Amino acid sequence: MAVQVEFLKSIPYFSGLSPAELDSITELMFEKTAEKGDIILLEGESAEALYFVVSGAVKVFKTSAEGKEQILNIVRPGESFNDVPIFDGGANPASAQAMGPVVLYGIKKSGLEVILGDHPQVASNVIRVLSQRVRHLVSLVEDLSFRHVTGRVAKILLEHTDDETGPRPRLTQQEMAAMAGTAREVVGRSLKALEEEGAIRLDRHRIVISDKQALRDMVEAFS
Amino acid sequence: MAEMPAIEREKCNGCGLCISVCHCSALVLVDDVITVIETEECSWCTQCEAVCPTGAISCPFEIVVDER
Repeated sequence: MAVQVEFLKSIPYFSGLSPAELDSITELMFEKTAEKGDIILLEGESAEALYFVVSGAVKVFKTSAEGKEQILNIVRPGESFNDVPIFDGGANPASAQAMGPVVLYGIKKSGLEVILGDHPQVASNVIRVLSQRVRHLVSLVEDLSFRHVTGRVAKILLEHTDDETGPRPRLTQQEMAAMAGTAREVVGRSLKALEEEGAIRLDRHRIVISDKQALRDMVEAFS
Repeated sequence: MAEMPAIEREKCNGCGLCISVCHCSALVLVDDVITVIETEECSWCTQCEAVCPTGAISCPFEIVVDER
């Protein structure tokens, strides 16, 4: 399927470009699909392209020598991943895996260089996107360094409820553990603790946030 | 229809560990591959996911806010 100009309008990278400019960009992009569990990028390999998620969700993660996983980010529609190696020329800093069926638009380094040359506006958009990425990673370092696990789990729950931007991908306890930088078992204990505090209710496959303020207080209490 | 754990059939090695921990007999081996039987009895204990050595079972949670 051809790359859709309508979708490119919603991507922060291309904010402020005219329909004609967006139309010229579509020719430099390609579509890629992946199924749940497919590895899209492997950490350490040379970078071929950066990707924008069109539909579905992609998990960006690091894996330790012992096989422990640390999720760095869950990329949702309109967002990009693998930007850094495309700009600095290094290897993929992390792996990326489809969390369900996904559609991606990709762009190779050479294509991005053409776009940056032809449309200087894109350069300032990219600076904004990468700055937000740094802010997110600084927040993650803060969480991993200073926040108690229960507080980290509470924060993950608050950040992964459906909101006006649309539904969030469902999370397994394993995925929450990888995001919180801990073991799956610890997440299970933390969820029970949050339930005992009355902040959440476990309702089969639903985690119901019954007291949002109490959950926020847990984030602060365990900081 | 009851929501049930998701199985990635191609990852299943047929070890049967999940069956051994399931409290509600929701899992059976069919042709050496795990299969889920829909049941209201499943409490989403996630033990099947926890014991699976190949990551073939997932029990994802939907996170919602009670607006009452």
